[in-house]
Amino acid sequence: MGLSLNELNNLHMDVLRELGNIGAGNAATALASMLNKRVDMDVPKVKILEFSQISDLIGAEKLVAGILLDVGGDIKATIMFLMDIEAARNLVNLLMGLPVAEGDSFSEIEESALKEIGNILTGSYLSALSSITNLTLIPSIPYLAIDMAGALISVPAIEFGKVGDSVLYIETQFVEGCSKVGGDFFLVPNVDSYDILLKSLGVIGNG
Amino acid sequence: MAEMIKVGMADLKAAVYPNALTTLGLGSCVGVAIFDKTTKIIGLAHVMLPSSKQTSNNTNIAKFADTAIDKLLDDMIQLGANRKYLTAKLAGGAQMFATNNTSDIMRIGLRNAIACRTRLSELGIRVISEDTGGNFGRTIELYSEDGKLLIKTIGHGSNII
Repeated sequence: MGLSLNELNNLHMDVLRELGNIGAGNAATALASMLNKRVDMDVPKVKILEFSQISDLIGAEKLVAGILLDVGGDIKATIMFLMDIEAARNLVNLLMGLPVAEGDSFSEIEESALKEIGNILTGSYLSALSSITNLTLIPSIPYLAIDMAGALISVPAIEFGKVGDSVLYIETQFVEGCSKVGGDFFLVPNVDSYDILLKSLGVIGNG
Repeated sequence: MAEMIKVGMADLKAAVYPNALTTLGLGSCVGVAIFDKTTKIIGLAHVMLPSSKQTSNNTNIAKFADTAIDKLLDDMIQLGANRKYLTAKLAGGAQMFATNNTSDIMRIGLRNAIACRTRLSELGIRVISEDTGGNFGRTIELYSEDGKLLIKTIGHGSNII
């Protein structure tokens, strides 16, 4: 049985926070070159939330766009990037250079753009992770869903549920000019991959 | 004054008339709503995983279909519910992302719904209606007045079962 998330100590948390930081930094750089604009980033917040707190803290009924990728290779994991619907709208408008469109619904081409944004952001996040850990990480194609935050979070949370009663999430905030284009990353290694990930970082022994 | 009591993810609660129970943003999770029409006692569980027997980390009994339903039944009987008159309604169990992947994590909604039906049937509690599956999230509200279960969605309307 793998390490439980509830057993993570401060060192583990620091390592995960740093991973979040580097990964999100890479993602911000990718976003900046994609938009050809300056993108500022806040220091990511790494939190461990109890399942029962999730709906209060994130707003379970809030409409969000979620992009999910399966990760294969040396570890099996699920990575999800969650954005406010306004942030998703801002990003799509910026990327496509269209006059500002409003509203919560996206056309097919806009959905495709969103998937691509998620793909690039999570891809750069993963490549940072891969070069730090020396693990091979192969992402799947991106999947998009636009729905209640709680419903989308439940997908990675269920995977966490097999190991513990809490979920690890990394909140990042990107700012372009005065538009917030932030989002949350959820990286969810499966039961066995947790050990592999922390071992590859030398945080836990091979015992 | 009737109160709307929140049930979190991997959580369960029982309540008496005139209170109502709600759980927000059900995705692949399943909301199990149980009602006793004779005493107007209600119970709601937000189940994440089908079985407590497939993992060694099973201390939170509200997380699994089998143990959560057992506990919910106990809690309702504690409040005075009459086991003979219990009926159940299910909501949730969606597949949020349309992937080609048939791995466990993707089919979990379906498996959760099946596990809930199985456990309820083993306990002799009849499932009188359900709104499960699909690819969208649901927020549900269970009323003690008549056992009405209100299902709200974004873009898929609302529904009473």
